[in-house]
Amino acid sequence: MRQLTTYTMPDSTGRYGSFGGRFVPELLMPAVIELEKAYEEAIQDPAFIQELDELLKQYVGRETPLYYAEGLSKKFGGPDIYLKREDLNHTGAHKINNTIGQALLTKRMGKKKVVAETGAGQHGVATATVCALMDLECVVFMGEEDIRRQKLNVFRMELLGAEVRSVSQGSGTLKDAVNEALRYWVSHVNDTHYIIGSVVGPHPFPKMVRDFQSVIGEETKRQALEQSGKLPDAVVACVGGGSNAMGMFYPFIQEESVRLYGVEAGGAGVETGQHAATLSSGNIGVLHGALSHLLQDSDGQIQEAFSISAGLDYPGVGPEHSHLKDNGRVTYQSITDEEALKAFQLLSKTEGIIPALESAHAVAYAGKLAAKMNKDESLVICLSGRGDKDVEQVKDRLEGN
Amino acid sequence: MGKERINQAFREKQQAGENLFVPYIMAGDGGLEQLEERISFLQECGAAAIELGIPFSDPVADGPTIQEAGIRSRENGTTLAGVLKRLQKFSETRTIPVILMTYFNPILNYGPEKFAADCRDAGVDGVIIPDLPMEEETILAQPLTQREIAFIRLAAMTSTPDRLKKLAKASEGFLYAVSVTGTTGARTTHDDEVKAYLQTLKENSPVPVLAGFGVSTAEQARELSSHSDGVIVGSRIVDLLHRGETETVKALIKDSLQAKVGS
Repeated sequence: MRQLTTYTMPDSTGRYGSFGGRFVPELLMPAVIELEKAYEEAIQDPAFIQELDELLKQYVGRETPLYYAEGLSKKFGGPDIYLKREDLNHTGAHKINNTIGQALLTKRMGKKKVVAETGAGQHGVATATVCALMDLECVVFMGEEDIRRQKLNVFRMELLGAEVRSVSQGSGTLKDAVNEALRYWVSHVNDTHYIIGSVVGPHPFPKMVRDFQSVIGEETKRQALEQSGKLPDAVVACVGGGSNAMGMFYPFIQEESVRLYGVEAGGAGVETGQHAATLSSGNIGVLHGALSHLLQDSDGQIQEAFSISAGLDYPGVGPEHSHLKDNGRVTYQSITDEEALKAFQLLSKTEGIIPALESAHAVAYAGKLAAKMNKDESLVICLSGRGDKDVEQVKDRLEGN
Repeated sequence: MGKERINQAFREKQQAGENLFVPYIMAGDGGLEQLEERISFLQECGAAAIELGIPFSDPVADGPTIQEAGIRSRENGTTLAGVLKRLQKFSETRTIPVILMTYFNPILNYGPEKFAADCRDAGVDGVIIPDLPMEEETILAQPLTQREIAFIRLAAMTSTPDRLKKLAKASEGFLYAVSVTGTTGARTTHDDEVKAYLQTLKENSPVPVLAGFGVSTAEQARELSSHSDGVIVGSRIVDLLHRGETETVKALIKDSLQAKVGS
């Protein structure tokens, strides 16, 4: 894992400026401290890094292409558009970059069991996959509403040997699945590791997940230099919890010429209150162990998020994104369900690539941004996942159901 | 008021030869207008103090019983501000210590300074926040300490000896010894490991040590009290009050107060 020179977040207490930290019950504190120690040791160990690199290459299928999207570039009529093809990873999204790293760490800590949460099921499938590979027991918590919407992913996880547990508490979605995974972890902390799915949670999770995902930005940087002899002028990624975006942005943070854009889910429109635009319209609070922006009411109760995309449907966001918003290094914008649906169809028709609905948000915003950019500039979209999981939902929506 | 009221109330109970018994109730479960009556009832039953839960949308340290009570309470419109106002209304007449338990986000949203000041005005004697470990506590511990309100720390069976010592030394009012590896909710047994853990805490703690999480019967309460100073009973009390079984609550507390038979 490459250390940057002038950007040194987080500090030793797990803070990104004023964000982050570890707001967890005392029961979990020894586990998160142990995890931090194990992680810091592991990334200094060449044998660990070699094993990780080997798996990323031979099992995940990295590196993924940085694909010049000629058709989309023409359509947008501005800069050269490149797609970082995380959709081509094994299991169809960037999620596995993180789960494979954390599963290796689980083994290194001598733990045999893994718990995870999942929203749409992408992280659950990526976790179940690496647990099958590394012979780890796997329990995945998933909201009952999501289980209903994503039956096939439930079956996939079960096929891979994981036990899927339904969460009926709260709204029965991702936030509640995280709560249940945390409760399970509290009760089984001695032999179980929690593979959290995004750059959220108590320190060291946001750092560790960012580091495992930063392979996305590292490759993009190298590929951009190889293919066009320069770094891109703009980089766009979608943000739910924010792991694909953090992995993409992190290696570019010190490259001041590169403008970075995070795209949140605007749902039915930020003004309607039915959205997941945490950074654009939330305020500061503590959820799932970290201080960051979140959607809450005037009494400090966490509110439900809304988005057509289950992967962005989360009322919190990674603390490092809050910091990068605060210091102005990254610009955060939102895209509505309707705009994302249009981009979903546009990319399918112009490039023959069906994007995940999450990634379609980034595509939609890239279109707006491209309109304001010059022809000699270039723009990279992080295409975080493929859209096979979403076609049924999109079909229903387009048919007016 | 404050820390001193807890110290005094606990001293009196202990001098009378009783185990300390702290029932947990969810504010607003059954309606906030019942709060004063419930507190008085529990005081008459022999409680040493009341742990008063404020509902939160995402209570990660709580099991199903208290989660459901929190949902019922929120459906009744209970808020942190509303509970503080209600407590203030009868703060002059109340004599039993009240200890608030909630998660950190509602307090952060309310403002830690304002929270501490309003707690003082409402006669709140202590505060328990399960998701605020010692690494993050300064933001709240300071305003509370300034106003002599006890900031009660939680110890866990997974805590290292070094952490246990620090927590025991820092805690005010009493030390909350989480006596299961898990969330709140009824359990049937507490093993030898728990007893050794409580004994270590007793040896290191200048304030009373109360065992909590998973305590549901008078037998368990007496057993755990023989290795500590008393117990906190949450889910079982919440469940009994919800079902209107006040006589069972009375018996549970009464039977928990006396030292373990034969010891």
